[in-house]
Amino acid sequence: MTDDELIWRIAGGSGDGIDSTSQNFAKALMRSGLNVFTHRHYPSRIRGGHTYVEIRAKDEPVKSRGDNYNFLLALGDSFARNPQEEAYYGNEEIKPLSENLDELREGGVIVYDSGLLDASEIEDFDQRVEENDWHVYDLDLRGLAKEHGREVMRNTAGVGATAALLDMDLQYIEDLMEDAMSGDVLEANLQILEEAYESVNDDYEHTHDIRAPTGSTDDEQVLVSGSHGIAYGALDEGCRFISGYPMTPWTDVYTIMTQHLPEMGGISEQVEDEIAAASLAIGASHAGAKAMSGSSGGGFALMSEPLGLAEITETPIVLVEAMRAGPSTGMPTKPEQGDLEHVLYTSQGDSNRVVFAPGDPAECYEQTRKAFEIAYEYQIPAIVLYDQKLSGGHQTVPEDHFDEEPNPDIGSVVTEAELEEAVQEAGRFKRYMYDDEDSGFGGVSRRSIPGQKGGNFLASGNEHNEVGHISEDPNNRVVQMNRRMSKLDAIRDELAENADHQPVYGPEDAEYGILSFGSTKGVIEEAVDRLNDDGHSVKAMNVSDIMPFPKDDVTAFLESVDESLVVEMNASAQFRRHVQGQLGRFGEKLYSLLKYDGNPFEPEEVVSGFESRLGGEADLSQYNVRIESATGD
Amino acid sequence: MSAFNAIGEERDIDRDEFTPEIEPQATWCPGCGDFGVLKALKQAMPEVGRNPEETLLVTGIGCSGKLSSYFRSYGFHSIHGRSLPVARAAKMANPDLEVIAAGGDGDGYGIGGNHFMHTARENHDMTYIVFDNEIFGLTKGQTSPTSPKGHKSKTQPHGSAKQPIRPLSLALTSGASYVARTAAVNPNQAKEILTEAMEHDGFAHVDFLTQCPTWNKDAKQYVPYIDVQDSDDYDFDITDRGEASEMMQEAEDALYEGKVLTGRFYHDEDRPSYQQEKRNAGDMPEEPLAERYFDDDYEWERSYDLLDRHK
Ligand SMILES: Cc1ncc(C[n+]2csc(CCOP(=O)(O)OP(=O)(O)O)c2C)c(N)n1
Ligand code: SF4
Repeated sequence: MTDDELIWRIAGGSGDGIDSTSQNFAKALMRSGLNVFTHRHYPSRIRGGHTYVEIRAKDEPVKSRGDNYNFLLALGDSFARNPQEEAYYGNEEIKPLSENLDELREGGVIVYDSGLLDASEIEDFDQRVEENDWHVYDLDLRGLAKEHGREVMRNTAGVGATAALLDMDLQYIEDLMEDAMSGDVLEANLQILEEAYESVNDDYEHTHDIRAPTGSTDDEQVLVSGSHGIAYGALDEGCRFISGYPMTPWTDVYTIMTQHLPEMGGISEQVEDEIAAASLAIGASHAGAKAMSGSSGGGFALMSEPLGLAEITETPIVLVEAMRAGPSTGMPTKPEQGDLEHVLYTSQGDSNRVVFAPGDPAECYEQTRKAFEIAYEYQIPAIVLYDQKLSGGHQTVPEDHFDEEPNPDIGSVVTEAELEEAVQEAGRFKRYMYDDEDSGFGGVSRRSIPGQKGGNFLASGNEHNEVGHISEDPNNRVVQMNRRMSKLDAIRDELAENADHQPVYGPEDAEYGILSFGSTKGVIEEAVDRLNDDGHSVKAMNVSDIMPFPKDDVTAFLESVDESLVVEMNASAQFRRHVQGQLGRFGEKLYSLLKYDGNPFEPEEVVSGFESRLGGEADLSQYNVRIESATGD
Repeated sequence: MSAFNAIGEERDIDRDEFTPEIEPQATWCPGCGDFGVLKALKQAMPEVGRNPEETLLVTGIGCSGKLSSYFRSYGFHSIHGRSLPVARAAKMANPDLEVIAAGGDGDGYGIGGNHFMHTARENHDMTYIVFDNEIFGLTKGQTSPTSPKGHKSKTQPHGSAKQPIRPLSLALTSGASYVARTAAVNPNQAKEILTEAMEHDGFAHVDFLTQCPTWNKDAKQYVPYIDVQDSDDYDFDITDRGEASEMMQEAEDALYEGKVLTGRFYHDEDRPSYQQEKRNAGDMPEEPLAERYFDDDYEWERSYDLLDRHK
C-alpha cells in the first residue's frame, strides 16, 4: 500500500452531482498524464442515500480500484431536500463523513463541507483522526458556493480545495469546465473554483504528505466505461438496431447506444418488456440488420425463450447480460458474477450460444466486436456477459485502441445472383441445407434476407426441414441438430487461431495459478504483481471465452501449476464448476476464493486469499471472502 | 437496390404464387376455420399487389400459427404470443416489406396480450390477424380468453368464471387505427377486409372468427352473420371513435347472445403510423437497414469519431 498514487473519494447524497463532478475530475487527472480507474458505489435510491465515487490515479497502469483510499472529499448533501419531509433517516446527513472513515488510509486527507456537516456529531471522530494521523480540512464549501453563485456549486468548491491541497494545476479543471458550460454558470463556477483554491492555500497550513502524482503517459488516452466499450464495439461492427427495456446496470449500454443510433441512421426502440426486446432483435436481424438487445438478470430470464428461438431459427443476435447481485431483484446497484450458469444454460433443449466475458473496457470493445462477428458468421446468438462494476467503472484506454475499421459484414448470406442458381424445394429456398460442404461454412447454411428474389423460406422455432417446414422426421432431426451443434466446435477452432487468445499474466514458469473470468481481471493482475514481489510464484489467466470454452489453453495453464485459486464474485463457485465441467478434471487442484457482499474484490483480498490457501498463513476474518475447495477430480 | 429487387416489382400477381407445395390438411382438421383465413389471405394478396418475396408473415404458436407454413412468402413461425414484436422490428428494419402477423386468441389475447396492447398503441404499420375460435386448439380444447363465461373444459371443469376479453374494444382503446371483424365462413368479406387492412397505413387489427369443429362445438359458424356495413339496422361513422366504440360493444355483447356482427368497425386514415412518427422525429431512416450491408459504397461511421467526449 504505497502512496505514489492518489485514490480520491468524493462522497455525498445521490443527486449531489457526484457523478458529473467525479467524471470531470477524473478527466483532469488523465489530462495531466496519469492513468485513471473509477469505481462507482451507489444505493438503489434516486435521491438521497449515501453514494461515493472513487478515482484512482497513478503514473503506471491502473487496473483496479486499489485497496482503500487516501483522500476524502465529503460533501454536504441532499438527503433531506424534499421540503415536505423533515430531515429523515436519522443521522443520514453525516454519512458522507461517518460512512467513509473505515477505508481511509493512515495519513489520509479529509476535506469536508463545514457548511453542512458537523464532525462533532461523530462520536469518536477526533480520536480516530488522531490515531490514524488523518489531516482534516473543514471548509465552508456551501458558503463559498452561495457567495459567488448557487449552493449546488459546492462540489466545484470541493474540487478547488482538492486541487490546492494536492498541488494540482487548475488549468486542466478549468479547461474541462469551459468545455462543459458557458455564460454566467461558467463564470460562477470558475470563480468558486479559484476562490476555494486560493483560500485553502492562504488560510490553511498544509500538514499532509499526499500530492497528486505526476504522470507521463505519451499516448492520447480516453476515459471510458465497460458499457462504452460494448456500445462502441457494437457500432463499429455495424449494429444499427437495438431494442431494450431499462434495468440496472444494462441501462448504461442501452442509453449509450440510443444516444448515437438515430444520427447514425440506426434505430433504438424501448419496448414493453424483455421478451419483446429480444424478439425485436430477432425480427430486425431476420430482416437483414445487425441487431442487439440485452438486460440484467431478471430481464434476461424473460429472454430465455427468444434466445432459443434465435438458436433454432439460426437468426444471429447479440445479447448483453449485465450482472448484478441476485437472486431475483437482489441488489440492483451491486456487482456480482452470479448469472454465469443462468446465461450458459437458460432456454430449453440442447440449445447453444456463444458467451464472452470481457475483463476491462478495452476488452469490452474487442469482445463485442468478436461477438457480432461470430453471431453473424455462424448464425447463432452470442452473449456479452459483464457486470455492474465494469458497466459503470471508467478506465483510461489508449485512444488508438478504438482506431479500427468498421465491419459491416453481415455474415453468411446469399446474394440474389446465387439465389438464381439455388436449389428450391416445395417452392422455397433451402435455407437450412445440410450438405453445404462446398460453401466452407462448417455447420452453417446460408440465409436469405426477406425481399431477396427467390429466397423465400420459413424460419421456424419448431424443428424443421431444409426449407423451414415443421418436420418430425427422425433423420432430419438428427442431421439438423448435429449441424447446429457442430457450430460451437467450429467457433472454438476459429477463436483459438487468435494469437493472444486467453493470455497468461505473470511469470510463465510460476508455481501457482489464479483463474478468473470477467471484471476481476485487473484486481487479479495487481494481486499477482504484489504476490510475486513478496516472493511468491504466481501467474493468472482471465478467461474471456466462456462458451465455447478454450479447453486447450485452460488445460495447459492448469497442468503447468501445482494448484490454482479460482476467484469469482458469487457464492456457489459457478465458474469453477464450469471449468471442472468443461475439462472433466483438476478437482484436486482448484480452490475457490469467493466474494458476494456486493462489493468488488480489492487486490489485498486476493493476496490474502492466496496466502491463506496456497502460500502460507493469512487471516481472512477481516474480509467478506470465503475459501472453498473443489470436489471430484 | 439489387439485393431486394423483388420489392416493388410491378406485375400481375397470381394468388397461386402464395401456395407452397405442402398441404394444410397435414395439420388442420377437416372443417377448420383456419382454411378460410388462408384462402382469404391468398385472395387478398393480388389485390394489394404484393409479391410473395416482399411479404413477411410472422406467426405465433397454435393451429393458427401454422398459417406461415401453408402460405408461400418469407415466413417466421415464432413462439407463443410473440409474433408482434418479431414482426414490428422486421417492419422497422425494412419498411418496404409487407408485414403481416397472425396467431390465435390464446396466442394474441392471452400470452401475447401485452404486445397486442403496445403494438396497437404505437400504431405500427402492419396487419394483425387473430384467429378467434374461442378455444385453445392445438393444446386440445382448453378455455381461451375469448371463451364465453361458463365455458366448460378440462381446465375449467366447473365452467369459466371469467368474462371473455373484448378484442375489438381492446384494440380501439389501445390505439389501433383500423379495427375489423370477419369470419372464415364469409370469404368475400374476409378478402375485402384483409385487403383494406393491408392497404391501411397503421396498425390494422382483424379479429377473424374461425370455427374449431374439433374442440368447440358451439362454434359461431352455424348462426347467420350480419355485416354492420351492409345492414340498414346499423348506422355509425367508422371514423368516429365514440360511435365505433359503441358499435363494438354492441357487437361484443351480441356475440355471446348468438348474434354475430362483422365488418369494419373503425378506420382512422389520418393518424400517422409509428414508423412515420419516428421518421418525423429523426429516429428512423427511410430506407431499409439491410440495403446498407449490401452496399459497398456506404460510409460506415466509426466510434473513433465519438471519442472527443471522453478526452
Ligand atoms: C410459452 C408457451 N406456453 C404454452 C405453450 C403451449 N401452447 C401451444 S398452442 C397453445 C394455445 C393456442 O391457442 P390459440 O392461440 O387460441 O390457437 P389455436 O390453436 O386455437 O389456433 C398453447 C397454450 C407454448 N407453446 N408456449
Ligand atoms: S383443433 Fe380446431 S383449430 Fe386446430 S386444426 Fe383442428 S379444428 Fe382447427
